[in-house]
Amino acid sequence: MNKLKIVLNGIIRNNPTFVLVLGMCPTLGTTTSAANGMGMGLATMSVLIMSNFFISLIKNIVPDKVRIPAFIVVIASFVTVIQMLMQAFVPDLYATLGVFIPLIVVNCIILGRAEAFASKNSPFDSLLDGLGIGLGFTLSLTTIGSVREILGSGAIFGYSLGIADKMPLIFVLAPGAFMVLGYLMVLFNKFVKK
Amino acid sequence: MELSYFAIIIGAIFVNNVVLSQFLGICPFLGVSSKVETSLGMGAAVTFVMAISSVVTWLIQQMLVAMHIEYMQTIVFILVIAALVQMVEIILKKLSPSLYQALGIFLPLITTNCAVLGVAILTIQKNFNLLQSVTYSVSIAIGFGLALVLFAGIRERLEFEDVPAAFKGVPIALITASILAMAFMGFSGLV
Repeated sequence: MNKLKIVLNGIIRNNPTFVLVLGMCPTLGTTTSAANGMGMGLATMSVLIMSNFFISLIKNIVPDKVRIPAFIVVIASFVTVIQMLMQAFVPDLYATLGVFIPLIVVNCIILGRAEAFASKNSPFDSLLDGLGIGLGFTLSLTTIGSVREILGSGAIFGYSLGIADKMPLIFVLAPGAFMVLGYLMVLFNKFVKK
Repeated sequence: MELSYFAIIIGAIFVNNVVLSQFLGICPFLGVSSKVETSLGMGAAVTFVMAISSVVTWLIQQMLVAMHIEYMQTIVFILVIAALVQMVEIILKKLSPSLYQALGIFLPLITTNCAVLGVAILTIQKNFNLLQSVTYSVSIAIGFGLALVLFAGIRERLEFEDVPAAFKGVPIALITASILAMAFMGFSGLV
């Protein structure tokens, strides 16, 4: 398989957010600003790359019947590693993302890729698939985060655009999350999917 | 932390609704909420599992703390919840076939419902005692069911509307959810 294509597939054709509609909880819950969205995306991507690689390595040893529990243990271990690393090096981001970091375990994207890709392909290809899907997820989250940050608090990546007091705060709050994601999906359907 | 039980219940059902303001359990919210009946079933199944899992995870957390291995929380909790759901399924099948008929198809879906793991972790973070965490979990689950049923009611009507092609499916559901979330914001400040 073409290596570059594996990565690109994850970003556009199999975009986890806009096409596969997976991992909605962190997508809505952590995108209050561009930086938060990106942080969540990168954390998920790290777990995805490592779990995809590792699961592909052990795919022939693990009996088919206990496949899913085994995958979950692998994923949960990597999530714990990321959780501890983030707690140590980016405590502020860790505090903002809160419960969504341990919840990477139940992110359907990760188990979904383990099942659909890593358990069938070579370790290196799985690593690339993790990278592609992870980048796609990070890009979507950063985009949603940016839109919400601009519309809601008149800033981008924390830099104020000087229009903060004219902006409706609702976009940073819960209804804004659903609305921005909904309309971005409409745009994606209209212009990218065809 | 001293919180009255009434405040916990109202807070968890309305003010901080698990789906509409904490964004947990969005997958089943979007997935199985096209009919009111299935939403009720899902809500009941989640309430059932959450009530049991909150007791079990609370006890396990005490053990983890006693053994100084709190960092194992994520791994242990997800395994316990997965095993628990399996067990509930087997026990229900034996003891109450009629209840199993009603909840059966939803049970496997619950393992991947991030609300169950999320609430288990949240109750630990909030330093609740056992009774408080059970109250909180059950209220959260009722809030989840409420959001699901309300949303299903709207979606049943939406099916007969002429929705533009690009909006069909998930996008229109999300925009509907946004308006529902806005309505729930009216409860903020109650507790």
